[in-house]
Amino acid sequence: MIVVKPEICDLCGTCVAVCPQDCIDLSETQLLIDRQQCNGCRLCVQVCPFGALKEEAEHVDSV
Amino acid sequence: MLIRSDYDVIVVGGGPAGSMAARYAASRGAHVALFEKDREIGIPVRCAEGVSEPVFRQYVEFDERWVASRIDKFKFHSPDGKTIIWKTPTPGLILNRRLFDHDLAVRATHAGAKIFTKAYVSGLVKMPDGYIVRLKHLDREYQIRTKIVIAADGVESRVARWAGIRTQLKLQDIEPCVQILAGNIDVDQSACEFYFSTKWAPGGYVWIFPKGQATANIGLGINGKYAGQRTPLDYLYEFMSDKFPEAVALTTTAGGVPVARPLKNLVADNLAIVGDAAHQVNPLTGGGISSALASGKLAGEVVAEAIRTGDYSRQGLQYYQEKWDATIGADLRHFYRLKEWVCDLNDTDLNSIAGLLENLPPEDITLTKIFKIALLKKPGLIVDALKVFAGF
Repeated sequence: MIVVKPEICDLCGTCVAVCPQDCIDLSETQLLIDRQQCNGCRLCVQVCPFGALKEEAEHVDSV
Repeated sequence: MLIRSDYDVIVVGGGPAGSMAARYAASRGAHVALFEKDREIGIPVRCAEGVSEPVFRQYVEFDERWVASRIDKFKFHSPDGKTIIWKTPTPGLILNRRLFDHDLAVRATHAGAKIFTKAYVSGLVKMPDGYIVRLKHLDREYQIRTKIVIAADGVESRVARWAGIRTQLKLQDIEPCVQILAGNIDVDQSACEFYFSTKWAPGGYVWIFPKGQATANIGLGINGKYAGQRTPLDYLYEFMSDKFPEAVALTTTAGGVPVARPLKNLVADNLAIVGDAAHQVNPLTGGGISSALASGKLAGEVVAEAIRTGDYSRQGLQYYQEKWDATIGADLRHFYRLKEWVCDLNDTDLNSIAGLLENLPPEDITLTKIFKIALLKKPGLIVDALKVFAGF
């Protein structure tokens, strides 16, 4: 599961530009990932200039 | 200040391409609204802010207040520490984009365009005669009818995708970048400096663009295909620790620069795409300000004409595509071929090119000469280099 660290994210949109599933949305204040659409390709993690996107194991979400 | 329920033209995004499109559509009689998601036009600046002065002046009524510094030379640094100096035949400018973007928006309002900030477009619905644009402005949601949408929403453009045009960039066609506005640094205020090395920026380069008062934009981009192990921010911190350990970062920003072939389809029924959203960036240099101005102006004029004649179809907007493809678009295709080659140069290649140039008298160093020497082993690309640099 891809998660964004909002304290690092600069809202620059580089991840949105490469997302083949078009599942990342960018507003003035936040980055939103549509997990239903995400296929876990990790391109967004790879290109993030600040390293704000990470892949985490599913169960971490419920902690 | 009120948002109307319909406009002739809605521009999404208030960067240079969007403001120019809004201005030129409005000045020819169209009712235009521009929606910018951020709170202020011109901020944040995700740009190194460099332009060629004569090219830039072709598209805007120039204002000296925009100039942070004037450049008369480029300094290229090779991986093994050689420095090649190219005296530019025409001046370069480092802009103050905060002020420049702001002024472009003001000029659009003088032409009659209505601008709204904190105005977030969240979707499009296709109608037979145009689009319904879904907008969130502050705490209210709107559905606004428009005949034509202009997508000026940057590298992350979603507007074009909603209209069915794939704009997603492949890894090798994007440069993830970071930049700081560095203070307390002693750099040549009349030179743009570039460091090429797989150590500092694989598949890209480090730039130092002076901004006066002992400050400079210092940033780097790496090619997407080399991204992943270390972030561009890691690379930049390492570079700064090595070269400018005493510098301070007055701002820190990230950004993605499209280094792709220009989009095949710049128009569709009731839609035109401009600027970074249309990948209208020089893929070799990453520079996109002047092409954004050119495309915004052209698209604005064509859209206004379409409104006047009542033909908002793809056919009615086609002139924007044709004119672009025949002019700047054609150049960008040559630059793309050069970029593909430059991107794969290793440090040994870069050192040997610098070695050949190092022995030339400085007055003999022209961009054409640099590429002629660099392309000795790639003669097939010399035609591309000459086509785009013949004017230098």
